[in-house]
Amino acid sequence: MNKLIYLDNAATTKTAPEVVDAMLPYFTEYYGNPSSVYDFAAETKAAVTKARHRIAEVLNAKTEEIYFTAGGSEADNWALKAAFEAYKGKGNHIITTKIEHHAILHTCEYLEKVRGAKITYLDVDENGIVRLEDLEKAITPETILISVMFANNEIGSIQPIKEIGMIAREHGILFHTDAVQAFCQLPIDVDECNIDMLSSSAHKINGPKGIGFLYIRKGVKIRSFVHGGAQERKRRAGTENVPGIVGYGVAADRAARTMEERAEKEIELRDYLISRITSEIPYVKLNGDPVKRLPNNVNVSFQFIEGESLLLMLDGCGICGSSGSACTSGSLDPSHVLLAIGLPHEIAHGSLRLSLSEETTKEELDYTVDKLKEIVQNLRNMSPLYEDFIKKQK
Amino acid sequence: MYSEKVMDHFQNPRNVGEIEDASGVGTVGNAKCGDIMRIFLDIDDETHVIKDCKFKTFGCGAAVATSSMATELVIGKTIEEAMKVTNKAVMEALDGLPPVKVHCSLLAEEAIHAALWDYAQKNHIEIEGLSKPKSDIHEDEEEIEEEY
Repeated sequence: MNKLIYLDNAATTKTAPEVVDAMLPYFTEYYGNPSSVYDFAAETKAAVTKARHRIAEVLNAKTEEIYFTAGGSEADNWALKAAFEAYKGKGNHIITTKIEHHAILHTCEYLEKVRGAKITYLDVDENGIVRLEDLEKAITPETILISVMFANNEIGSIQPIKEIGMIAREHGILFHTDAVQAFCQLPIDVDECNIDMLSSSAHKINGPKGIGFLYIRKGVKIRSFVHGGAQERKRRAGTENVPGIVGYGVAADRAARTMEERAEKEIELRDYLISRITSEIPYVKLNGDPVKRLPNNVNVSFQFIEGESLLLMLDGCGICGSSGSACTSGSLDPSHVLLAIGLPHEIAHGSLRLSLSEETTKEELDYTVDKLKEIVQNLRNMSPLYEDFIKKQK
Repeated sequence: MYSEKVMDHFQNPRNVGEIEDASGVGTVGNAKCGDIMRIFLDIDDETHVIKDCKFKTFGCGAAVATSSMATELVIGKTIEEAMKVTNKAVMEALDGLPPVKVHCSLLAEEAIHAALWDYAQKNHIEIEGLSKPKSDIHEDEEEIEEEY
């Protein structure tokens, strides 16, 4: 196989051709500033409204509750910092989890160290799912915000968002969810789940990079994060990224329409890949929940080998994946998510995430597993940990 | 990310394996930090020439490449000469490493020293400039904290 096998769709996806086609006129033809009064700008203003409307529909939200941002990280930062600022008179306690994206975790650390917030980081079970009783126990009269991701980006575990939303509502606590991996991959209804704020990013669903949104329920009193203009109902200054917003609208529309059919196909391929890897390669473990799992996520740990060398070898065969090893995280510690589900460091270092797309084929997965078998064996033959293990067995 | 030489030594590592009844064996690093290197030496007791050197490594691309290069650099050298194979020499031979991977070359130097230390202990000799190897290569490193 000479073509690229791209199995890193949780990192980013290919921008769909129809998304690009929809965006292009907004660079050269309809380039007017949506804030301008003349007629020429009306088309861009209408296009932004249309995209906002379509995205709101997908979430069962109101159009004016969608606030465009430069992406998921900005939305997460905004939600947490602005909610803390707005509600600190009521209390200073925030509850989140140990498996959040760094856009949440590092923002919490900032609020803790610089702004005097108290943060509770909930543990998760061995499948990477929050226990509701832990959440209930963590709530204090000072708690102003609960932030739990919809589905985890590394191990794909889907959180009990509806139940968490119910608990938050009962206690009168704001509920934010980072849905960057879940938006248009899983059905989301912000009313049914009592979600007050939700972060999302276009490039995970075949939209362009550099555009995301924060859903803010009407009545939630958080203020602007970027000052300087009246855009986004005075809550996020800056001339709108019109082509990006248009692209996001089309991508969301497209992904929402195909969600059910896509999920069905991806789940079948995902489970096929998991079953081939776990049955044909020894000393391997599936990370995350086998069922409550994103349709496109596979995450496994291979004992005795290290993730970066595995990725480089796969790259040599034209296969793109990712790993939670320290070498790929830029620190000495492996992924905080894998440690949170209780993996020992050495097993966490040998993790591999393969995330599928709507275009992934069974042939590609077969080729990947065939190569993976060879590579894992070669790396094990080179590993002193494997040598020690084999000697102990004799 | 890596130089061509690093990729070559990673994809086609030289001298992978074990030496039975090796003159000296050294293992450094730990699985917690994600890299372990084990070096096997076959040393001529008369001339103190390193006749053969093999390695096994659990680690990233740079860890494998530095192990491979280190074995090439010490084969044929005397113990005294092998003592001069520093992490800098290994890095230079590989046309450099990304800054975050410099510790891998330190690990390679430590692994050679650990194997020589084992040889010296077994034969009750002293090797000039050689001290007991550190058990953990990362013990001197500090984590860099994010600034706000």
